[in-house]
Amino acid sequence: MEDIEKVSEELGLRKEEYQRIVEILGRTPTPTEVAMFSVEWSEHCGYPHSRKWFELFPREGHFPALFGEDAGGILYDDLAIIFKMESHNHPSQIEPRQGAATGIGGIIRDILGSGARPIACLDSLHFGPVEDRNARHVFRGVVDGIAFYGNCVGVPTVGGELYFHPSYRGNCLVNVMCVGIAEKSKLARAVAQGRDNIILYVGNKTGRDGIGGCSILASQEFAEGEEKRPSVQIGDPFTEKCLIEATLEALATGFVVGIKDMGAAGLTCSASEMAAAGRSGIELDLDRVPLREEGMEAWEIMMSESQERMLLCVTRGHEEEVRQIFKKWGLEAEVVGSVNESGKVTIFYRGEVVADIPALELTAPPIYTPPREKPAYLQAVNDDSRLNSLPLPRNYEEIVLRMIASPNLCSRRWVYEQYDHMVQTNTVVLPGKGTPVLRVKGKKWGIAVTTDCNPVYCYLDPYRGAQIAVAEAALNLSACGARPAGITDCLNFGNPEKPERYWQFVEAVRGIADASRFFGLPIVSGNVSFYNESPQGAVHPTPTIGMVGIIENVERAVGGVFKEEGHVVVLLGDIKEELGGSEYLRVIHGLEVGPPPSLSLADEKKLQELLIELAHRGIVTAALDVSEGGLVFALLEACLGGEVPLGVVVDVKRWENLRMDAVLFGESRGRALVSVREDAYLPVERMARERGIPCFLLGKVGGKDFLVQSGGRVLVSLPVGELKRTWEQVLS
Amino acid sequence: MKFGVVVFPGSNCDYDCYYVLSEVLRVDTVFLWHEDRDLQGCDCVILPGGFSYGDYLRTGAIARFSPIMTSVRDFVREGGLVLGICNGFQILLESGLLPGALLPNRDGHFVCRYTHLKVENTSTPFTRLFSPGEIIRIPIAHHQGNFFMPSRDLEKIKHNRQVVFRYCGPQGEEDSGFNPNGSLENIAGIASPDFRVLGMMPHPERASEEILGSQDGKKIFLSVIAWLEENRRGRH
Amino acid sequence: MKYCGKIVVVLKPGVFDPQGVTIKNALHTLGYGEVEEVKTGKFFEVILEAETEVVAGKRLQEMCDQLLANPVIERYSFEVEGKQ
Repeated sequence: MEDIEKVSEELGLRKEEYQRIVEILGRTPTPTEVAMFSVEWSEHCGYPHSRKWFELFPREGHFPALFGEDAGGILYDDLAIIFKMESHNHPSQIEPRQGAATGIGGIIRDILGSGARPIACLDSLHFGPVEDRNARHVFRGVVDGIAFYGNCVGVPTVGGELYFHPSYRGNCLVNVMCVGIAEKSKLARAVAQGRDNIILYVGNKTGRDGIGGCSILASQEFAEGEEKRPSVQIGDPFTEKCLIEATLEALATGFVVGIKDMGAAGLTCSASEMAAAGRSGIELDLDRVPLREEGMEAWEIMMSESQERMLLCVTRGHEEEVRQIFKKWGLEAEVVGSVNESGKVTIFYRGEVVADIPALELTAPPIYTPPREKPAYLQAVNDDSRLNSLPLPRNYEEIVLRMIASPNLCSRRWVYEQYDHMVQTNTVVLPGKGTPVLRVKGKKWGIAVTTDCNPVYCYLDPYRGAQIAVAEAALNLSACGARPAGITDCLNFGNPEKPERYWQFVEAVRGIADASRFFGLPIVSGNVSFYNESPQGAVHPTPTIGMVGIIENVERAVGGVFKEEGHVVVLLGDIKEELGGSEYLRVIHGLEVGPPPSLSLADEKKLQELLIELAHRGIVTAALDVSEGGLVFALLEACLGGEVPLGVVVDVKRWENLRMDAVLFGESRGRALVSVREDAYLPVERMARERGIPCFLLGKVGGKDFLVQSGGRVLVSLPVGELKRTWEQVLS
Repeated sequence: MKFGVVVFPGSNCDYDCYYVLSEVLRVDTVFLWHEDRDLQGCDCVILPGGFSYGDYLRTGAIARFSPIMTSVRDFVREGGLVLGICNGFQILLESGLLPGALLPNRDGHFVCRYTHLKVENTSTPFTRLFSPGEIIRIPIAHHQGNFFMPSRDLEKIKHNRQVVFRYCGPQGEEDSGFNPNGSLENIAGIASPDFRVLGMMPHPERASEEILGSQDGKKIFLSVIAWLEENRRGRH
Repeated sequence: MKYCGKIVVVLKPGVFDPQGVTIKNALHTLGYGEVEEVKTGKFFEVILEAETEVVAGKRLQEMCDQLLANPVIERYSFEVEGKQ
């Protein structure tokens, strides 16, 4: 009796939780049952600290939305676009290559579980400063892991973000998003239903990988020098590729009633959640589970997080046919159980019942709403009086050269060229060339995808920062001509049991909810990662937003790089004197001071609509949003992103009454740059005016220099060839 | 005429090749499963890119033993056309159907980007529609594209005009700076002595539609179609 | 004096070896049904200058700990020989 309570404590269950388990079962739990509850009720699987807040999220929008057990999506035409983002932060901090690799494997299987073919991945990565040896090691390992797994499995990694900041020292963030496509009529669900239907285990054998990884890793901060080593899983992308093909073939037979990835909490999670979703019961015989190690106990089999495994519910009588498909692809495929009407998950091993738990209760962890408290630091950091006394730079060229060499503003080419971003031949706008756009074979329309979040804004003001993340993502999609359609989120925060962290979380959730509702965007799936803290402190609040949009005519997708000399450069939206939260402030002045840029959701929406219309009409030759690094860095991206860099000449005289550094590097919202042929400027100006959007002719593409002047005064004049070289070499 | 695209466990670009052939070029195309021996009357067999068997052990080392490869070997002996792309090229090398080996890229990283190629030999069925020395743009995506062979063998294949593609600059510059993986003499693709088997690291199926950025790759498939129209002998 | 360290790095027991499994299956397909298991690893030869064999051994161990093996998932063993 004592022993079991102690075991449950070691596994991370609270005293009250243990009591509740005893209540649910009406007796003392077995060790296997305690293990199953501990993983199913852990933060990563059960979301006890966050579930209640998801009720705030909108579920409707311009396009019909879908909500599945593990992923969600939107419907367009006769297809479903399924997407989700997930974190693999703690495993990547411990073993960067395998942590990132298995993160990709897991998110791909979630998409596959909906019956969709995975067509693209994006990753949002946050690391400690590049000067930090350990941060560099983790960064290189993670990129290597994403390349190793993503390239082999044949899903292109087409975009993402990369951000270096001291708050991620000791606790990196690896958020991976996957997008897939399925015919509307052929979607799959993660249910076990139909009495006597068969439960089929497919994929790799089960070993002791990651045992306790989910409950142990996700529910504790990293203590100094602690070794969490045995819990790391190894990825096998070859098996995953075979699993993708075999699963899609199996689904096409029509005999698969339900399917689910065995991810966090492995067999426990998939079996119990499928039973709960189907309002049925499942009987499993662990003697029939393919094992890789000898002498595994029941609880080890139930907790194992061995990768590349899925659980299927197959119509009785057709299990052999489905089994043979998996065997053909060289995968394990064994009948391990059946469906009944008991409403329980009953586990047999070596002739005995080792667990017998009601599925609904097992999959409904207690909800916790810890106290929250507005952090003390907020007042100090939002005191912008320091900004007024900041000296103006004397040499803007020097500032540009310093900023272009900073890891958050430089080219990401070193990273994305390690990823196969062209496999499946759907990538129409390549990384570095603008917002990623994918065509859909056989269709005129296409899909645009992005991930966005500025952690510094979220630190300064979690509510507004989170809103800006949504706005930025929507603007990125609109720039290429796509109408934003749906959101997936990955919310990364510190320890929720600390009131200040929990306050940040709730504020961010409210910010996302309000902005999404305003833009008419449903949040179709998501993930929460808490406990992102190390002895050095918590990570900045990082509510990463993944967004998908539809572009009606994919041949009209607009890139973000200037195409030709002679095209004119236009600024849509106005420049305000707002330095708060800017990368300029951080890199040049060493200040992280707010408030973050002001936000008008109405202005953002107007600008989104204008950009979509401009793309639709085929008027613009390049379009991109103005964000980190401000106007100068938007211009630099557009100039340097092509195979051959193009020069530009712009004049900012009309803003000479503002602080010039704010004009050049401030990150005020609601702005986009577009380039058009000279004779197309007037129509653009008229369209902007009709919508009440400020429009300014900034200059022209041409020459060999990046030239910014104010009237006659040259502020920056640097040759683009050299700039491109510097810009591209920073990360390598 | 008929094209066949072989599918190994781990092939990723099989459907991409199939799509270009059947949807863009509208020729009769079938998939050939690695465990079958029947080439189904194909006139040209494509070994596509990807990671057959995960590239475990050595890239292409396990795939070469597939039953289909026995048939491909016979097919080659009878003068059949075989195009090996990326992993397909690696499999042809491991099978001994082409000479040489592919080592890891000089910089140690996987590299995915567009490259310029110079077409060195336009007398092959795969390149007859190009003009000699034509510069084309086709993307690469590989970790092991560093072509290598002992210098004596290299002299032999150069003498036989078996070097078909070389990496170069946009104006045909032969600077090693344009060589993305360190391969010997910037070699990107070679053919068998009778020119009926071609192995190339770049992916022509990724450069066969305007929307994807280049149509230069399509010309390789069109060359084969043109050659087959003239020369097909119904050898099945 | 010159020494040669012969180092073998393998995955720790319990760590999944996908390459090993795939190679084993390939051997079976080729007719070597008697193969029960295949484990993959890496082999390094490190030639170095050191005062004594003991010193060489100590340095090699440090190299393994720091770079050649990934202590999270791999373990290593090595021999030291004198080299001409």
